[in-house]
Amino acid sequence: MNDPSASTSAEADFGAVAVLPLGEMRVGQAGVIVEVTAQAPGGDQNLSAEELHQRLLEFGFVEGAHVAVLHEGAIRRDPIAVKLDDMRVGVRRRDARGVTVLLDKPRP
Amino acid sequence: MTARVALVGNPNSGKTALFNALTGSRQKVANYAGVTVERKEGTIVTPGGRTLAVLDLPGTYSLRARSPDEEVTRDAVLGRLAGEDSPDVLVCVADATNLRLVLRLILELKAVGRPMVLALNMYDIAQRQGLRIDVDGLAGELGCPIVTTVATRRRGIDELLSKVDELAARSRFAPAGGWTPPDAAQVRLAHREAQRLLKTYVKPPERPDTLTGRVDAVLLHPVLGLAILFALLFTMFQAVFTWAGPAQDLIEASFTALGELARAALPAGLFRSFLIDGAISGVGSVLVFLPQILVLFLFILLLEDFGYMARAAFLMDRIMGGAGLHGRAFIPLLSSFACAIPGIMSARVIDNKRDRLTTILVAPLMTCSARIPVYALIISAFIPERAVWGMFNLQGLVMFGLYAAGILSALAVSLVIRKVFWRGAVDPFLMELPAYKIPDPANVARNLLQRVMIFVTRAGRIIFPLMIAVWLLCTFPGPPPGAAGPAIDYSFAGMLGHALQPLLAPIGFNWQMTVALIPGFAAREVAVAALGTVYAVADPGADGATLASLLSRQWSFAAGLAFLAWYIFAPQCASTIAVVRRETNSWRWPIVMLAYMTALAYLAAFIVYQTAHALGG
Ligand SMILES: Nc1nc2c(ncn2[C@@H]2O[C@H](COP(=O)(O)OP(=O)(O)OP(=O)(O)O)[C@@H](O)[C@H]2O)c(=O)[nH]1
Ligand SMILES: [Mg+2]
Repeated sequence: MNDPSASTSAEADFGAVAVLPLGEMRVGQAGVIVEVTAQAPGGDQNLSAEELHQRLLEFGFVEGAHVAVLHEGAIRRDPIAVKLDDMRVGVRRRDARGVTVLLDKPRP
Repeated sequence: MTARVALVGNPNSGKTALFNALTGSRQKVANYAGVTVERKEGTIVTPGGRTLAVLDLPGTYSLRARSPDEEVTRDAVLGRLAGEDSPDVLVCVADATNLRLVLRLILELKAVGRPMVLALNMYDIAQRQGLRIDVDGLAGELGCPIVTTVATRRRGIDELLSKVDELAARSRFAPAGGWTPPDAAQVRLAHREAQRLLKTYVKPPERPDTLTGRVDAVLLHPVLGLAILFALLFTMFQAVFTWAGPAQDLIEASFTALGELARAALPAGLFRSFLIDGAISGVGSVLVFLPQILVLFLFILLLEDFGYMARAAFLMDRIMGGAGLHGRAFIPLLSSFACAIPGIMSARVIDNKRDRLTTILVAPLMTCSARIPVYALIISAFIPERAVWGMFNLQGLVMFGLYAAGILSALAVSLVIRKVFWRGAVDPFLMELPAYKIPDPANVARNLLQRVMIFVTRAGRIIFPLMIAVWLLCTFPGPPPGAAGPAIDYSFAGMLGHALQPLLAPIGFNWQMTVALIPGFAAREVAVAALGTVYAVADPGADGATLASLLSRQWSFAAGLAFLAWYIFAPQCASTIAVVRRETNSWRWPIVMLAYMTALAYLAAFIVYQTAHALGG
């Protein structure tokens, strides 16, 4: 169940708000997914970009879903635990680069 | 009248709990995704008199399977297995508090063209949270009946059965469907539709779960979280020693009393020797370790039911990834603490073939519970029981060290495999972190009881017959008249041990240890029982002394340590080899495993023995 206040505030300030790949977001940042692309998986991954794309979609990383980064790992801040709508999901940063997020305006 | 019913749904939605409630089975239920990796079948007769063959399946997010466990689900649902049609009725099991992904799955399942009923499971939690679902509206729009269930409390079962009954009666007339793997655009479209359904028919919870967030703030904290993980493991191994003590003393005393009873009641002779030295001391020496195994399982079960496993996997991901292991390898490896066999099987959740094979090959390095008797015996014989730094039990510390050695060597071996043999290739890692649940004491008790049954059956079916064999080999042939030295030297076991011992002399093993390794191949803990029998036959007078105190007099300290080092790696478990053969579908990998583990065992024991010996042990 989307947090309606959060998504409207993001839409209201469209021009001023930053867009970031989920893979680069920090703990405490939140926003709405605006694009999920078939980005070539990093380095030497043997999985095709399309396959990763499809899996992200099936897991619920779709346009319009609300995400918030809750926790990050100790080593290189990886992996990250994100709240994806009502679910909590652990994901590696490199796999989350194809997910673009329109950040909410930070709460005052 | 029979109908085939399949339970499908997202992972961790309670399919197996529902399966158990329906069929009275005792399949494993736990609070993480990927518990079930095989199809399981059970039957039940509905109130309408129809026999249902119920199929429990691994959870999945899509029929477009990507790992071996999900393929099982896909093939069962689509009726692609040889000699099997697709099920007459599908029961889609949903976590009522987490509907988004399952709604999309339902849209996909509808294309299969089988009659379906949606079980809104965990309805107790939904109600507690004040989540309101317009069941009738949703059912109307989805075009399938909905029942609310609480699988763990067996609520809603009758209603579910009557719905299945109705659908089964009409299933022959259902139009055949044609499922094709959805492409990205179709998945997006289905998500949008699922979102619309959610908005229309589900009111957000009035009292959402805040516990999970608050607990995660501590348990997933980058520093604190890791510290807690290690503290937990540490406590677990300390507890294995300290908590189990009284119960162990009790079991030990009962077996000694039983031996005394037999000694008093029976005339001296072969039969008495068989009963006391073979049966009672052999089986008793293994059963004594049951309390320790139960303490270990108690910890694992509580962590599993609480929902900690996925968190532990999250915390360890980077460390395991550094060693070239797949993120999902954590749970198979952790299950291997209980026994490598379920661990190796749960590697099916890993999609990439090489990642899966790497996990399978290193899983037996994790210290399984069958090693507990061996470790515990040698530790109590050679490591004094005293406090270290005022608070830790030295024996517990050594036990922890042995477990750590197993874990580190698993990481090292997988690193070698990945760096030397299969470079590159890292698969994506997406894992649901389930909401925490307070473990259900009844479930934990049931599972512990199941462990007791497994252990005792093993003692009866494997250990007891082997002990008879060991006793026979230790007793016959008897010594020639007038022979010097102990009688056992002339027995088959004695001859075999003396013949093979030179091979193991460099690692400090005497002939009794050598003999014990052989039946240990059937099951590791039998080595302990065999030592019990070998020493009991050799020296029936020493009966009052415990095996541990006997060993501490007979073996050098260095030899004791070498024996421990050997068992960190020892590949001796016939059933593990058989399971690797089955899971990899070739003899190649079990042989590779046997070879590399034996080599490591020998090497480790050699280094330990020679070092300890040189230092005067
Ligand atoms: N409160 C509550 N807990 C439930 C209910 N049904 C299942 N659970 C718990 O949910 C967790 C998952 O249950 P499982 O039956 O193992 O789930 P599964 O769908 O078989 O999971 P996989 O085999 O991994 O796909 C366990 O901790 C169960 O105890 C329910 O109706 N109410
Ligand atoms: Mg299951």
